[in-house]
Amino acid sequence: MIDVKHLSKSFGDHLVLDDISEHIYPGDKVVIIGPSGSGKSTFLRSLNLLELPSAGTITFDGVEITSPKTDIDKVRRQMGMVFQHFNLFPNMTIQRNITLAPVRTKLMSQAEADEKALQLLRRVGLEEKAGAYPNQLSGGQKQRIAIVRALAMNPKVMLFDEPTSALDPEMVGEVLAVMKELAADGMTMVVVTHEMGFAREVGNRVLFMDQGKIVEQGSPAQVFGNPQNPRLQDFLSKVL
Amino acid sequence: MEQYEAWKALLRSGEATGWQEFYVKFYQAFIDGNRWKQYLNGVGTTLMVTALALAIGIALGVLVAMIRTAHDQQRIGHRNPILGLLNGVCQVYVTVIRGTPMMVQLLIMGFVIFSSSRNYTMVGALTLGINSGAYVSEIIRGGLMALDPGQAEAGRSLGLNYIDTMRFIVIPQAFKAILPALGNEFIILLKDTSLITVIGGKELVYAAQAIYGRTYEQMFPLIGIACIYLLLVMIFSWLLGILERRLRQSDRR
Repeated sequence: MIDVKHLSKSFGDHLVLDDISEHIYPGDKVVIIGPSGSGKSTFLRSLNLLELPSAGTITFDGVEITSPKTDIDKVRRQMGMVFQHFNLFPNMTIQRNITLAPVRTKLMSQAEADEKALQLLRRVGLEEKAGAYPNQLSGGQKQRIAIVRALAMNPKVMLFDEPTSALDPEMVGEVLAVMKELAADGMTMVVVTHEMGFAREVGNRVLFMDQGKIVEQGSPAQVFGNPQNPRLQDFLSKVL
Repeated sequence: MEQYEAWKALLRSGEATGWQEFYVKFYQAFIDGNRWKQYLNGVGTTLMVTALALAIGIALGVLVAMIRTAHDQQRIGHRNPILGLLNGVCQVYVTVIRGTPMMVQLLIMGFVIFSSSRNYTMVGALTLGINSGAYVSEIIRGGLMALDPGQAEAGRSLGLNYIDTMRFIVIPQAFKAILPALGNEFIILLKDTSLITVIGGKELVYAAQAIYGRTYEQMFPLIGIACIYLLLVMIFSWLLGILERRLRQSDRR
């Protein structure tokens, strides 16, 4: 579904991604772990071209999105993204946060988008917040809304960039619950996270990144139960 | 009217009391010969020049801010040469306008560049607009830069294009953030219209000067227009306050 070939990215002299090749299959739940500065967020953000690669290609559903000729807006409509800091639009109500993109990109009429928003809000238990503004919500609520906002575009894949890292501990659970439900529904997901429990429970593949490379990968049982690479062993000894 | 003539005679002969002198001078400054109409015309011109200059200033300011922001946001190694050239022009414009006194700019525009024009008021409005544009562009640039880049990223990641992201997400938030600074600029502009008298613009100061040129009594016309400026600024500050409160609606917690 997403094919990454020889992806490199550098900021000035600093090489953040070092010749990464990876494939993400439909229905995959890929969890990316690694120490901070390992390039995992940059890798995720490259997948929908929020970061422009310095070298290499990314192909999504047969379209080479790294080609300058590709209409990247069209590709992004099929890739939902959830950010660490939610990035809800504070100048709009929740309802409008959710319906703006589907309506503006002519994916749905306003009435259809409203209906979709209500249905998704009900699913995460926040339908009474439709008329509220983002600043009136808790962090956990904001992140659930951010997930709903991305889902409203009917994406084929969801990218999560440390979705629980900015949350108070007691709110992490409610966001992970929504993500687990999404995974159970068969959504293709790529998740950068520090939640090892989530990685173990939901991921079908875990990638360990360090210094711009995918150092080790495998099923959660392999990666957590029988790590081979010394840097992964070291990392796990610190976080588990 | 009769009382004015009588007390004016007293004043001439040096027999008037303090109150009578005050009354005569006040009458001369504002009422005699329907002079209040001259102030009213002056206020009209002042407001018109302010509105024109503001429109020019905001148009120029938005343009310059967009060019400079777009230029700064380019990726290293992907620089557009045309944008680079435009950015250079904008930088020269901002540097020259901010680096020279408004009065000098007015004199140059009025007596050098548009020396053959008789429409002093319009030349004045144009000069003020060009001047204001330099400051407005920096205010807008500040507002755009201050906004969390994550907002634009969220918009783009949803598949919205650059224009829609700017229109629905970035600009409304940036506008709210810069409104106090923009209001400040507007008030400065309103008062700076008084400078266009130096090239013959017929606004409020011109009215006062015309009147004390005939009565030889400066205090009442000058204090009078000072009060008018103050009143105008207070009205606009109040209106801006209302606008700010309305825009702050989404900040409710």
